[in-house]
Amino acid sequence: MTDLHVITLVKWTPDTQQPRTFTAEHRLDRSTGILSELDEHPLEAALVLKETQTGDQNRHVRITAVTMGPAGAETAVKKALQMGADDAVHLSDDELAGTDVVGTSLALRHLIETVLADTPDADHLVLTGMASTDGETAAVPAQLAERLGWSLISQASELSLPDSALIATRHTEAETQTVQTGLPAVVTVTDRANTPRYPNFKAIMAAKKKPLSTWSLTDISVDAAAVQPKVTIAEATPRPPRKTGQKIVDEGQAADELVAFLAEQRLI
Amino acid sequence: MPNVLVFFEHLTDTLSKPQRELLTQAARLGTVHIVSSASADTTASTLEGIDAASVRTPAEELVAPDAALVDLLAAAVSSTQASVILSSPTADATDVMARAAVRADGGLITQAVGITEDLSVMKSVLAGSYTTTAAPREGHPLLVTMKPNAVPAEPAPGTLPEPEVVLVDAVAPSPSVLDRAAIEAGGRPGLAEAATVVAGGRGLNGDFTPVEDLADLLGAAVGASRAAADAGWVDHSAQVGQTGATVSPQLYVSLGISGAVQQRAGMQTSQTIVAINRDEDAPVFDIADFAVVGDLFEIVPQVIEKIRHHQSS
Repeated sequence: MTDLHVITLVKWTPDTQQPRTFTAEHRLDRSTGILSELDEHPLEAALVLKETQTGDQNRHVRITAVTMGPAGAETAVKKALQMGADDAVHLSDDELAGTDVVGTSLALRHLIETVLADTPDADHLVLTGMASTDGETAAVPAQLAERLGWSLISQASELSLPDSALIATRHTEAETQTVQTGLPAVVTVTDRANTPRYPNFKAIMAAKKKPLSTWSLTDISVDAAAVQPKVTIAEATPRPPRKTGQKIVDEGQAADELVAFLAEQRLI
Repeated sequence: MPNVLVFFEHLTDTLSKPQRELLTQAARLGTVHIVSSASADTTASTLEGIDAASVRTPAEELVAPDAALVDLLAAAVSSTQASVILSSPTADATDVMARAAVRADGGLITQAVGITEDLSVMKSVLAGSYTTTAAPREGHPLLVTMKPNAVPAEPAPGTLPEPEVVLVDAVAPSPSVLDRAAIEAGGRPGLAEAATVVAGGRGLNGDFTPVEDLADLLGAAVGASRAAADAGWVDHSAQVGQTGATVSPQLYVSLGISGAVQQRAGMQTSQTIVAINRDEDAPVFDIADFAVVGDLFEIVPQVIEKIRHHQSS
């Protein structure tokens, strides 16, 4: 059976549990970060695919984790290697610092094509998270599919590959759908799809021996001009923190006071 | 006047409030053109009486994730020479807008909360902790998905031109839909556009009745924390938070939700937040305008009765 080469996109993002700020250049401060929690789900989905495909169909499956970001982003692919990816590529280039969705999807297209040039005869599948936890545009996977000329399935909460066609359940605002596509394809996997595994000590040690390459734009034959943003942030203003309001303890009077508050605010 | 194209990725027999808002926003920016995924007949009857310079539809209704939607939108962008393209922020619309942006060599901004005549686009980012203003690069079309409630829903009345049928020849490979089922809204307003949201969490302990009763009394949408949705107490489409809906209603009533960062990301831009929780240290109390420490199963029925009394007096 044809080999399967799965690429999972993982992003190094500022921890959502910590305060996040913009720099003087109106860019998100990316000096610290973690593997975006939403990107653990596509990786878990890839690992499950590998286990089932290898076991049931004796198929060779390779998982490559790729990231794009500053030096620290290596942390994200290292975590992916610990979770079980076979190899990893980190695209890092100063020219990418201020790019937008359009520039990001362009760089990722060339990054992925360069990675996949290694396995020209395999089936190809790109799995991504449903959104990044920082930009939250949820638009990069669709642009990537467009640029690669591949099929796109977004918002997949279930995923299987019974033979050469991929079947997914997706939830939109209006519908629940079962959809099917041939490969190659880009699929975005939601946080409902699975519970990502924790790497154990053995996996963490094994990850140290796995290949991790760091590439620049030159390595993927992309000009800096091509990743200039189409949209730039002119201003970033912190929202004033919400004032803490009144707090009461119910001693039988709370409903009265609450309804009085709503009436006073003309909300009922 | 610039040409502004409104893209409807899902059009039924009535225009929703967010759809009417998109038309209002478009008219403020320039000459309105419309492209709809529905059939020419449905589009013409739903949009009857709306002022527009042109309307485009496919020969037959297109349903996401059909990639022919991208052909439809890209063709409309090209033939209207639109400099701004607006759509709703749903996942299906975002996919099509994102791909059309590639074909049109345009800029893309998702989930905007406002757009000015000089095309500054406002957006709430980082879980509502920052507001950004973005500017497009000159000479490229700008595609913007807009959140509900950015402008009033007052589209200009006028005569709708006869829809022009666009022949789409699917150039991109596309998934096929094997099965589809509509999500039941249960007669309540949509979460993203509702003026009031009543949301429940772990504290409901499997019984969403207090949330639903209060929501129905207030004409509100029902929301839920991730924990409540994961537990299956309510459909996942009700989930508010980082990986669910982001809402900014006039009133958000939080019942039995602790208010972790994940949940707060979806609701902290609400105008007024009221919270009831048994745990006096619940993080939601830090951002609530009115916080009640107590048992929601005791308090909510009393609140319902008192609101009824208030409304009838």
